[in-house]
Amino acid sequence: MALLEFDDVSVTYRSRGADIPAVRGVTLNVNAGESLGLAGESGCGKTTLTSTVLRMQPKSAKVTGEIRLNGDNILDMTWGQVRALRWAEASVVFQGAMHALNPVQKIGDQLAEPILLHSKVSKKDADRRVGELLEMVGLPARRADAYPHQLSGGQKQRVMIAMALACDPQLIIADEPTTALDVMVQAQVLNVLQGLVKELNVGMVFISHDLSVLSSTCDRIAVMYAGKIVEQGPAADVFDHPQHPYAGALAGAFPRIGDTRYRYSPSGLPGDPPFPGDLPSGCTFHPRCPVAVERCATTEPSLIQHGSHQTACLLVGSEIA
Amino acid sequence: MTTPTDVDVPSVPEGQAAALEARDIAVTFRGRGGGGQARAVDGVDLRLGRGEIVALVGESGCGKTTLARTLLGLERPAEGTVLVDGEPLNYSSRALKAYRRRVQLVLQDPTGALNPRHTVYEAVAEGLRIHGLTDNENDRVAQALSLAGLRPPERFFLRYPHELSGGQRQRVVIAGALVLNPDVIVADEPVSSLDASVRGEILALLLRLRDELGLSLLVVTHDLGLAWNIADRVAVMYLGRIVEQGPTEELLANPKHPYTRALLSVVPEMGRMEQVVLAGEPPDPTRIPAGCRFHPRCPVVASGEAAALGIEEKCKGQSLPLLSPAGAHSAACYLPASAESVS
Ligand SMILES: Nc1ncnc2c1ncn2[C@@H]1O[C@H](COP(=O)(O)OP(=O)(O)OP(=O)(O)O)[C@@H](O)[C@H]1O
Ligand SMILES: Nc1ncnc2c1ncn2[C@@H]1O[C@H](COP(=O)(O)OP(=O)(O)OP(=O)(O)O)[C@@H](O)[C@H]1O
Ligand code: SF4
Ligand code: SF4
Ligand SMILES: [Mg+2]
Ligand SMILES: [Mg+2]
Repeated sequence: MALLEFDDVSVTYRSRGADIPAVRGVTLNVNAGESLGLAGESGCGKTTLTSTVLRMQPKSAKVTGEIRLNGDNILDMTWGQVRALRWAEASVVFQGAMHALNPVQKIGDQLAEPILLHSKVSKKDADRRVGELLEMVGLPARRADAYPHQLSGGQKQRVMIAMALACDPQLIIADEPTTALDVMVQAQVLNVLQGLVKELNVGMVFISHDLSVLSSTCDRIAVMYAGKIVEQGPAADVFDHPQHPYAGALAGAFPRIGDTRYRYSPSGLPGDPPFPGDLPSGCTFHPRCPVAVERCATTEPSLIQHGSHQTACLLVGSEIA
Repeated sequence: MTTPTDVDVPSVPEGQAAALEARDIAVTFRGRGGGGQARAVDGVDLRLGRGEIVALVGESGCGKTTLARTLLGLERPAEGTVLVDGEPLNYSSRALKAYRRRVQLVLQDPTGALNPRHTVYEAVAEGLRIHGLTDNENDRVAQALSLAGLRPPERFFLRYPHELSGGQRQRVVIAGALVLNPDVIVADEPVSSLDASVRGEILALLLRLRDELGLSLLVVTHDLGLAWNIADRVAVMYLGRIVEQGPTEELLANPKHPYTRALLSVVPEMGRMEQVVLAGEPPDPTRIPAGCRFHPRCPVVASGEAAALGIEEKCKGQSLPLLSPAGAHSAACYLPASAESVS
């Protein structure tokens, strides 16, 4: 049994009388001590999918399938049970969360809040724990006395990670934790996250549209397009040898420095991702796919195992490829 | 050096005036919360040749944006001179207005740069109106949009920013710069807020503008991959100074300065290189260390290698001269690898 299992999960938003299928039948597992990278461009459903783990999707959203944490289906739980999971079993570093720190409260007090809420400890023990948490993310314990404006972006992001760790969760969902940070600070934050997975044996879902970041941090990568997983496999394999044309475009977007193929030759993917309320027929990627053939417009590929990867493309593994 | 594509890398002949040049520029700010004076830019020589693409790289807070704004005449240097086609920049308001037509700024966040209540047409035409270029407005806007890759342009005229994707918004911002027929574009982190899939498209556009229109481009970024993608030369900035500069291939294949090496080692695609993650936050421009300004974080000093080489004294106490802004690859460092550039 995996720590976290998404089993055929779909999420449909209801907006202005229309159905918006933001996630369409995703099956994914994350084990303890493992990090899964979730990639894909803006709007492909990354946040929507992971928001179901703590039932944080908006009321307008309809969720089907099963989301199991340690074998228990979250959709069957009462709200009280879901609340008990939060912090203690699973916690989230939200997208852009560092801007959500309370500007007039010391970060130590903000960190102590979930601890005092979830465990019966004295304020003094909570403070000791806050110091430990800060050190875990590479900040001196005395920074507990700082206010958010006294910290840099990278330091604030590390405070958010410390907060996610406050109650020793088994699972951490980090939604774009390093976007907007510069490379050196990003490297510091990535090292902290990697260390947690290996040393504390937590499971992690790491969301990013940057495949190169995921390949250097995660054990496995799943690539989403228009609400579905289109490729998944060991991180280095997916980044170095993507099979799906979309994963290939994402991987190619980041040049290997020193590789002359990328010199004066930036590569991108023309076109825009489809709106989930109005998806193309067949393979949803076909209007942008550089290698599409006629039947791509009519036949929807399913996710099939090819070597170490699972890929959803009509051409992968077939004669034409 | 050969490149796989047949791009003619323009070499700036010695003696020909650069499109834009900084000579020994310093920019200071009054320190925050009563602190001392911040020297955000502390002695920079930088040269952007005609038709050249230069990447200015360095970590957050090192002074990249301040330097770029100074080159645009938006910030007045405390010391030093900005040269435009070899002539000192004239800060009279009339001269500045004409200058800003020729040198355009493209900012990081396309969403923040566009007024949500203005259509694409209005956003692009705004520059024309400010500069009193009222003839053929429609044609000029259409041409700028198609140069920026929004084709057919008429289809975008009446759209609002929220009806566009992030990449399309950035193209509108670029069209707004192109509509004035500039010679130089200064782009501050032009792709860092964009999706990976869009990034290459925008970089390809910048490259095409250079190749087709002969534009000079200064791209400010902390992304060395971007430099490898499009830049002819790279200047690495640390705490207000250029610490290494040179042609892109040489500098990235054979970085001399320990700071550049560290920056390169943490690029995620360089996964197989041994990481040198510098501890701590970028240092404070109100307190620039003596000697080599990088010495408190320099791994060569920390490992004892500098002492073994007998340069530690100099690292900690003797300040380094400015690097010459063009020509051969050079680094401001006492290590033997860079010795010829700082002898
Ligand atoms: N509350 C909502 N009501 C209706 N549609 C929504 C809602 N939230 C998200 N969507 C739509 O669902 C799709 C998936 O959104 P989601 O935020 O999960 O994407 P994402 O992959 O996390 O993107 P990003 O990288 O921009 O964060 C998008 O098309 C979005 O517009
Ligand atoms: N108007 C200002 N007043 C005071 N200090 C300033 C001002 N603008 C910039 N600074 C300081 O000058 C230094 C350089 O800032 P600058 O914005 O040029 O850095 P940058 O390299 O562009 O960073 P980033 O990558 O984060 O954009 C920083 O320490 C910053 O805090
Ligand atoms: S199924 Fe067809 S359109 Fe879809 S990714 Fe494969 S080749 Fe491209
Ligand atoms: S001069 Fe000395 S301290 Fe400065 S970068 Fe070189 S070795 Fe490091
Ligand atoms: Mg999201
Ligand atoms: Mg900046």
